[in-house]
Amino acid sequence: MKLTGAQILMEVLKEEGVKTIFGFPGGAVIDIYDELAKTDIHHVLVRHEQGAVHAADGYARASGGVGVVLVTSGPGATNTVTGIASAYMDSIPIVIFTGQVPTQLIGNDAFQEVDIVGITRPCTKHNYLVKDTKDLGRIVKEAFYIAQSGRPGPVLIDIPKNVAATRIDYKPPKKIQLRSYNPTYKPNMRQLSKAVSLIKNAKKPVIFAGGGVVLAKGSKELTEFARKIKSPLTTSLMGLGAFPGTDPLWLGMIGMHGTYRANMSTGACDLMIAVGVRFDDRVTGKTDEFTSQAKIIHIDIDPTSIQKNVPVTVPIVGDCKATLGQLNKLMDKEDLSDLGKKRKRWLEEIDKWKNTKPLAYDQKKIIKPQYVVEKLYELTKGKAIITTEVGQNQMWAAQYYHYDKPNHFITSGGLGVMGFGLPAAIGAQLACPNKLVVDIAGDGSIQMNIQEMATAAQCGLPIKVVILNNGYLGMVRQWQELFYEKRYSQTCMQHAPDFVKLAEAYGAVGLRATKPDEVEKVLKKGLSTPKAVIMDFVVEQEESVYPMVPAGAPITEMLLV
Amino acid sequence: MTEEKHVLSILVDNQPGVLSRISGLFGGRGYNIDSLCVAETTEPNVSRVTIVTTGSKQIIEQIIKQLHKLINVMKVIELTGTEFVQREMALIKVIAKPEHRAEILRMVDIFRCKIIDVGLEHYTLEITGDEDKLSAILNLLEPLGIKEIAKTGIIALSREPKVV
Repeated sequence: MKLTGAQILMEVLKEEGVKTIFGFPGGAVIDIYDELAKTDIHHVLVRHEQGAVHAADGYARASGGVGVVLVTSGPGATNTVTGIASAYMDSIPIVIFTGQVPTQLIGNDAFQEVDIVGITRPCTKHNYLVKDTKDLGRIVKEAFYIAQSGRPGPVLIDIPKNVAATRIDYKPPKKIQLRSYNPTYKPNMRQLSKAVSLIKNAKKPVIFAGGGVVLAKGSKELTEFARKIKSPLTTSLMGLGAFPGTDPLWLGMIGMHGTYRANMSTGACDLMIAVGVRFDDRVTGKTDEFTSQAKIIHIDIDPTSIQKNVPVTVPIVGDCKATLGQLNKLMDKEDLSDLGKKRKRWLEEIDKWKNTKPLAYDQKKIIKPQYVVEKLYELTKGKAIITTEVGQNQMWAAQYYHYDKPNHFITSGGLGVMGFGLPAAIGAQLACPNKLVVDIAGDGSIQMNIQEMATAAQCGLPIKVVILNNGYLGMVRQWQELFYEKRYSQTCMQHAPDFVKLAEAYGAVGLRATKPDEVEKVLKKGLSTPKAVIMDFVVEQEESVYPMVPAGAPITEMLLV
Repeated sequence: MTEEKHVLSILVDNQPGVLSRISGLFGGRGYNIDSLCVAETTEPNVSRVTIVTTGSKQIIEQIIKQLHKLINVMKVIELTGTEFVQREMALIKVIAKPEHRAEILRMVDIFRCKIIDVGLEHYTLEITGDEDKLSAILNLLEPLGIKEIAKTGIIALSREPKVV
């Protein structure tokens, strides 16, 4: 079969089951776009390439599949870098195709040439420059395999214009096998039995789950495990939804803005069972004092995550779902009848923390941002897919919305990208057309990728944007208030667009609430409108996120309201 | 924690860009490279990289795991702590004044090295050995005046009979 590189690419994309691509055309990818138009693949034309990657990220998370991006060379490629770095930090499977100048011009500083493989080497799981059309089919297959297997991540493929245009005799690649890449899925049984005996003997256990559980689709196993061993459970930001946020064993999120009881439980536990986490500094606070008296069992598919930041008693390398499934089977063979009695005092202690310092705010004359999120939770019955921007809006979305299912909280956790939420909501809505998708945003970060409102309008996506508008870059302002004697250097957004008019300009619906009693009305109207909607909530300007652990302090030393 | 020198032997795909993935990993994560050697093995699509690095036990463990994580890395062997042989080669251009020539020749003899180039005012020596041997001869030649030096960095192999 004689096919061009571009046609080969389409063949493999179809084989991989790709239905949606996020992209932006350009000179170096005209041949690919020409072929793309002949397929059934839905191409979403974004307004900026960064938006394409975040949208693919949201799509991958909401669907549990792979996100695909197609952009041109040079600036098209460099614009994807922030999105790629974010997906890399959060281990999201994305395949990014970038155009490149023809092979004979590479290295000549040609028009729109950039060494994107060199630029993205530290922020991709792997990347390729395709120099020969013969290799294209195999490389694309490899990329999809690498992106989804083991600890997932973004893979970039740079395709020179002539590689896409050259016609060759095409034989479909066989099954992918990489000699140097074999992720460990099955846990070591000896390590598991060590874990079992620690779990049985623990008086004060805490389970700490993270994004790894969501990625491994292991929520069911995790929930079964926690209930079986009667252990309270906390998650990182990335782990929200891996365990029902309404379960009695749920402690709330851990870390810098974690709940009082989650952080106190972590400080006091005698065994931490960490699953699919990497002990980020926003979680641990001062590492020397993090669970200083506890033994730690750490389950993760990526060996580099283990022993990186925190010393571990029992390291277990394996897929979170497979490992938890095995642990559940092993626990079933044990006599666990006295566990209830053994854990009673511990659970009572935790209840005390829960009742003394719950998450709270005082709703007076001006709208509190927490109130908006809480109302949103009530009105959507916790069923919406929530995406966030980064900063205070992200933390309130994590604290006051409760997630019962995985893949419902989509946020740029590791890299913390402002401007993530709107394009991610577009991706999530395309993956789940029948779900309600809401971007909880701040007035600062929404402006970083606001141009994607046009994409949402063009695709007829009924996404909802809730802006918690405080006129500040709130999280930095909060740090300035607490640690820099209120010197608000460059954090006051003195000028912002009228978001209601802006929504209308984009062909969306704009609504605004300025008083507490309007919040519910605006939310109800916005959520029931079958179009893209921006809801602008004018909130208390200097509200801060609490609890807060100052950077570098032990996580049990929290600033409370 | 105490920092120690470690010799790592790494088998990688013989492909463009692999070396920059490895050196980029060291640079990006703030690890040290004391020396780095790379060349093809008997399998043309596999290269062996020998890296000497310094770090605490915990850092070395991370380095090994991070190297493993690179898709093009097949195998990482930590030679330090096992039985292994190591060699380094140096080319030394030393000033050879007439009154010093006999002494230089004596040293060449004692250290079992070779003179591979002779100029009007210099000799170029080729020496192979471990780090101690190289630094010993450099110390002795220093007073005579060393014009230039090129070293390969360490290459190493395990003493064990099995092939790694």
